Amino acid sequence: MKAARITADGLYRAALGGAAALVFVVVALIVFEAARGSGLSIRTFGLGFLTSTAWDPVSEKFGALPYIYGTVVSSALALLLAVPLGIGSAVYLAEIAPRRVGAIVSFVIELLAAIPSIVYGVWGFFVLAPWLRTAIEPWLIAHVGFVPLFRGYPFGIGMLNAAIVLSIMVVPTIVSISREVLLSTPRSLREAALALGATPAEAIGVALDAARPGILGAVILALGRALGETMAVTMVIGNTNRISASLLDPAATMASIIANEFTEATTPLYISSLIEIALVLFAITIVVNGAARVLVYWATGGRRSAAALA
Amino acid sequence: MSRPALTRAAGHINRRAIWSRIVIAACYGAGAIVVLPLALIVWHLLAKGLPALSLSFFLDMPKPVGEPGGGMANAIVGTLILVGLGTLFAVPVGVGAGVYLAEFGRGRFSSLVRYTADLLSGVPSIVVGVAAYGLVVLPMGGFSALAGGVALGILMLPTIIRSTEEMVRLVPQSYREAALALGAPRWKVTQQVVIPAARAGIVTASMLAVARAAGETAPLLFYGRTPYDDWNRQAWTGALVLVMMVTGISAVLRLTVRRVAQR
Repeated sequence: MKAARITADGLYRAALGGAAALVFVVVALIVFEAARGSGLSIRTFGLGFLTSTAWDPVSEKFGALPYIYGTVVSSALALLLAVPLGIGSAVYLAEIAPRRVGAIVSFVIELLAAIPSIVYGVWGFFVLAPWLRTAIEPWLIAHVGFVPLFRGYPFGIGMLNAAIVLSIMVVPTIVSISREVLLSTPRSLREAALALGATPAEAIGVALDAARPGILGAVILALGRALGETMAVTMVIGNTNRISASLLDPAATMASIIANEFTEATTPLYISSLIEIALVLFAITIVVNGAARVLVYWATGGRRSAAALA
Repeated sequence: MSRPALTRAAGHINRRAIWSRIVIAACYGAGAIVVLPLALIVWHLLAKGLPALSLSFFLDMPKPVGEPGGGMANAIVGTLILVGLGTLFAVPVGVGAGVYLAEFGRGRFSSLVRYTADLLSGVPSIVVGVAAYGLVVLPMGGFSALAGGVALGILMLPTIIRSTEEMVRLVPQSYREAALALGAPRWKVTQQVVIPAARAGIVTASMLAVARAAGETAPLLFYGRTPYDDWNRQAWTGALVLVMMVTGISAVLRLTVRRVAQR
């Protein structure tokens, strides 16, 4: 009886462990493919690929710097907009709103996460861009144009549009996960804080503190989505290989340049350069993930997860 | 929340109470700002997509460019097949891996898998697409639904794993202890107590993942629509159909699960 039990447990564990191992295999295969495909470009350009701003298919000179810059800046701006708003509304939905309202609104927000990214792109291009071009950007240029960030010409499409569309896209992720995590923290935390004389906001702060690792996880997921978002950004960022200080100017991200040019790429070196951009994008996600993990570890004082506490 | 009573008990409106009100008002504001653009997008989707919505849109094949009318039957069936294949691949693997990480995930191997899943969530769909091209399309000698399904499954995987782990961890430890105390073996505890308790959360998470993957097939609905008017009309309608399809499926799924979970 005892032996049989151990065997069943072992089998069960092995089956689940196999599923877990498959994840590792999948990523290894992706890395392998990306590395193999970009070999030609790596051999041709070396490290200069990362610092060059050239992008000339005719003379076959390629460099990734404008796209690395575009990806980093658009994602950072998107998070700057989405994180405070997302956490604020998660707090509203989990702590302040009546239970029913919170449940319904977050249900709708989760359903909205189903909107395909290209729809956000279409909306950004046909609705947001004209609005930015005629109203917001002229105002920014007139009133805060002395800051280089808002200098230039109101194109409508460009870095600002991409950042706004990206933030709209990632906000449901932040809201729904943060709300789940907040709801999962023990009610007694808030009760204890209130009993000690904390104000409602301070009691929420205590709950937020307990939920911090989970919320950081939500932000990491959102960042991952923003870094790699392709279709929507391709439609609204303008796709140029110039680096501009102004948020109003067109730019390009690594994902958008691949989406834009992969099917047009004719020569092996051109294709290889695009795959190397994919590889670099992959490497950036590794760095971001690593940094985020260190951050989570540091923020939680070495604790693995909020759920382990509960 | 007992805000008025608390303020009264303090005897005076101090700085902390005012700050508390400001913070809570800011949360209301954040909620409104987040909902606004999403509501705008849905409104535009309905306003521009509904007029061209008809039965023939679902049942007809696309007409050649320039001819009026025509539907998207092929693209809709294609989306369903791809998403179905992807789900078939990703949900068992993802839920299995997530449960493993939550229940047995303490060693070095688990940290590696956890990190890899995080990593995968950051891998852009376009990189996965390039990899699937090299791994499935080239060896099989051509494009196929299988290749698309595999790529979609890979995209769904990290979300399912991460959320499943999170949800399974939320199951109170006392459930496991109670089941173990009743003499159930470890695997039975996991399979028949822990997973059912976390089911609602797991399905919600999987639903989000499937929805995200379905969105990746949206460009299917946009190919071959170069003439501007036609493109505009059919694009909005195609997007509307996709959104309705995905939200419809997920809404039904979620409500069913909630009912089952409450039983």
